Amino acid sequence: MTTHASPAGTNYLNWEKGIWSWMKTLDHKRIGLMYLASVLFFFFVGGMFAMIIRWEHLSGGPTVINQATYNQMFTYHGVIMVFLVVIPAIPAALGNFILPMMLGAKDVAFPRLNLFSYYLYVAGAIFASSSLFGWFGNPPADTGWTFYTPYSIRTSPTVILVLTGAFIAGFSSILTGLNFIVTIHKLRAPGLTWGKLPLFLWALYATSVVQVLATPVLAITLLLLILEKVIKIGIFDAALGGDPVLFQHFFWFYSHPAVYIMALPAFGIISEMIPVFTRKPIFGYKAIAYSSFGIALIAFLVWGHHMFVSGQSEFANFTFSLLTMLVAVPTGVKVFSWVGTMYKGSISYEAPMLYVFGFLELFMIGGLTGVFLGTLAIDVHLTQTYFVVAHFHYVMVGSTLMALIGGMHFWFPKMFGKLYNERAAAVGFWMVLAGFNLTFFPQFILGSQGMPRRYWSYLPEFTFLNQVSSWGSFLLGLGFLWIAIYLAYALLKGERASDNPWGSLGLEWQTSTPPPLENFATTPTVKEWSYDYRPGTPLPGSKTA
Amino acid sequence: MNPGYLPIAASDLATRWDWLYDFLIGLSIFFTILVLGAMIWFAIAYRRRPGLRTKYITDHHGLELLWTAIPTVLLLGIFVWGYAIYSEMATAPANAIEIRVVAQQWKWNFQYEDGKIISDKFYAPMNQPVKMIMTSQDVLHAFSVPNFRIKSDIVPGMYTTVWFEAKVPGRHQVYCTAYCGANHSLMLADAYVLTDQQWADFKRGKEIGPLPDAHAPLASNRSNSGEANSGLSDPPAVDRDEVSFDQAAPVSLVAQGKQLVEAKACASCHAEDAKADNSQLSGPSFVGLYGSKISLDDGTTAVIDDNYLRESIENPAAKIRKGFRAGQMPPYQGQVSESDLSALIAYIRSLK
Repeated sequence: MTTHASPAGTNYLNWEKGIWSWMKTLDHKRIGLMYLASVLFFFFVGGMFAMIIRWEHLSGGPTVINQATYNQMFTYHGVIMVFLVVIPAIPAALGNFILPMMLGAKDVAFPRLNLFSYYLYVAGAIFASSSLFGWFGNPPADTGWTFYTPYSIRTSPTVILVLTGAFIAGFSSILTGLNFIVTIHKLRAPGLTWGKLPLFLWALYATSVVQVLATPVLAITLLLLILEKVIKIGIFDAALGGDPVLFQHFFWFYSHPAVYIMALPAFGIISEMIPVFTRKPIFGYKAIAYSSFGIALIAFLVWGHHMFVSGQSEFANFTFSLLTMLVAVPTGVKVFSWVGTMYKGSISYEAPMLYVFGFLELFMIGGLTGVFLGTLAIDVHLTQTYFVVAHFHYVMVGSTLMALIGGMHFWFPKMFGKLYNERAAAVGFWMVLAGFNLTFFPQFILGSQGMPRRYWSYLPEFTFLNQVSSWGSFLLGLGFLWIAIYLAYALLKGERASDNPWGSLGLEWQTSTPPPLENFATTPTVKEWSYDYRPGTPLPGSKTA
Repeated sequence: MNPGYLPIAASDLATRWDWLYDFLIGLSIFFTILVLGAMIWFAIAYRRRPGLRTKYITDHHGLELLWTAIPTVLLLGIFVWGYAIYSEMATAPANAIEIRVVAQQWKWNFQYEDGKIISDKFYAPMNQPVKMIMTSQDVLHAFSVPNFRIKSDIVPGMYTTVWFEAKVPGRHQVYCTAYCGANHSLMLADAYVLTDQQWADFKRGKEIGPLPDAHAPLASNRSNSGEANSGLSDPPAVDRDEVSFDQAAPVSLVAQGKQLVEAKACASCHAEDAKADNSQLSGPSFVGLYGSKISLDDGTTAVIDDNYLRESIENPAAKIRKGFRAGQMPPYQGQVSESDLSALIAYIRSLK
């Protein structure tokens, strides 16, 4: 089925029709779109939980939900957003679609494994979300996405379904990482040397290594937790002779690197988009490529900075704080390189570039507040407060979501052969940017003032900033809704896009739109660096076909 | 509404903490303006327009070295500064007053050396170091007092500690900050910091009425200078219970521990009196035990502290002292309550 190209004149979307043709497809582009649709669906679900949380915080006392429901809301918001949205969003959705095209390949190295990974993700998602219905009279899970022991051992058994879901989804992540590593090694087009590899692929490569190495630790941890909960062997519960802090070590050994599973691919997308919209080569190609690996390496050595007040030793705190400071260096190098690329460029303000600006604003604040939290004494007061909530939303939403939405706008014409309305996109961008800052900036102040996170009710002095945050989140939600509306409209009624509307030198743009089944009519040969925007490189022509 | 971006600084350590925090704020504003300023400047100056020519630049090693080296140096400096304050936080002065804290879903119990137990509030003197020795009866909790900038998780099965030396009398808010289940957000407590006179009254068993919220003293006031020193005249909060001690005459922790040692016949293996003939006893002597450095049979050494004693009572086989045999003492895990453990440790510690 995949061994022959689609019939002449067809593309990957229409060469075969019907729901069954999608469900059994081995085409990386279709699998990428299926991931994208699933991720966006869960983004909507997780987002609705967030809206209810913010609604509750319009006042300090009871507003709409009781404390038990509130605890379930932030648990599912976290679990869904982390395991089902942010981790797979860029690698599995956009990465699947773009990676083989950037390589000049027909598909990933193991197409069947790729489809299997998708179904593992779906199975994990079904397990995790089925617990929402609270089987056999047990309430839904309320542990928070971190599943800290011993609370998770003593609370509702439905958390086992969530753990199983995360366990299964983890294998999807491992197999996708493995697939990408082999694909990048084996299926590069003639002439595409490592030194010419697009930065999105360098980032996906580093991400894949983290996925393959770190995720098994999470899987084992979750399995141990299930065993302890079901057959009461003492591993993490002090009452059974276990050590609660050990769970935190195991959990963060995965979950800290996971932050980079979310962030590195976002860095990759930003590195792809800036040259196209500034008509300049990326500044410091090697520094950006190597710093991805620098970050991935150090990411494995800093998990303890989530545990400065956990009771771990002073020496451990010393070491983890020092190593954490080092992560900021390669991250800073990337930011400076991105801004440096804009110098003496020819900058257009189309939607993807707007998201680059938004990314840089949010990521600057997210990164700098990370230095606060990495500083030992400062963390003691700020940890477990809204400061941390604001920080990781600036990083995870600031970097990953901005890059994801930016990347969706960037590759939308290639994916679907349609154009969206630029003005509508600009409106959506400003709504999201304003809504985001209004939601989360006040939370830095709330946290500095000492307001703890995961609090259903709060003291009267925190009311005003909480209300600002809630109204900001409603604007943010409306912004996402607006984006969904105009993109859906573009999908149905948008103008037909030309093959290369941005005038990109990237390999993925050098084929017809939408691409044919196996991406290129003939295997391309790569001669130039995809960032080789010399003065006089033609500006993009007409966007419409 | 709280007018400042930080709570009041109610200890010298909190004031030093604020200096570092403000330094980081200043540094962040500088770098944000630098980077986003450059971004906005470039975005405007090099906006696409007819006749604009780009420049082909791929890298600049000097610049890259500069923006690697400067942040590295700055970050190492921040690390050292942060660690310096943290190591102050981590080590309580030896003369600190000790308060034992047992946290549970969703209640705080504070126990003093004289045996007095108070729930959901505690009293501490001004200008004296106070050390909280904490454990949990069920799940993780955390003890946080923003006005002192201190926080620590409270972990079942072990002791963690924090300390502070308050400079501002009145009520300071205490939060549980580690998620602990349904009523996590209701697990609040009051830290009442007392003047010397009030503290003397408290120690004599006199009732101390609810105190108004603490306000920053004039000297270190950072946020609400207009109200300096007026805090004590504020009306008391309405929802605070009257203070009353339900125990008629509390028994000191040491005395409770002595009773327990008798009841559980600990002395049939452990010496309580160095002058008696202890040659037949099979366990280490209690006398002079606390704080001593001992050798273990696996070749390592350990210093006897609260956590060591606790582990040796609950699970004696975990660490075996050199010259003694495992299996002599039954494990007491789950058989000794938190308050009994506190009492036993206090008693062993008293045997100098």
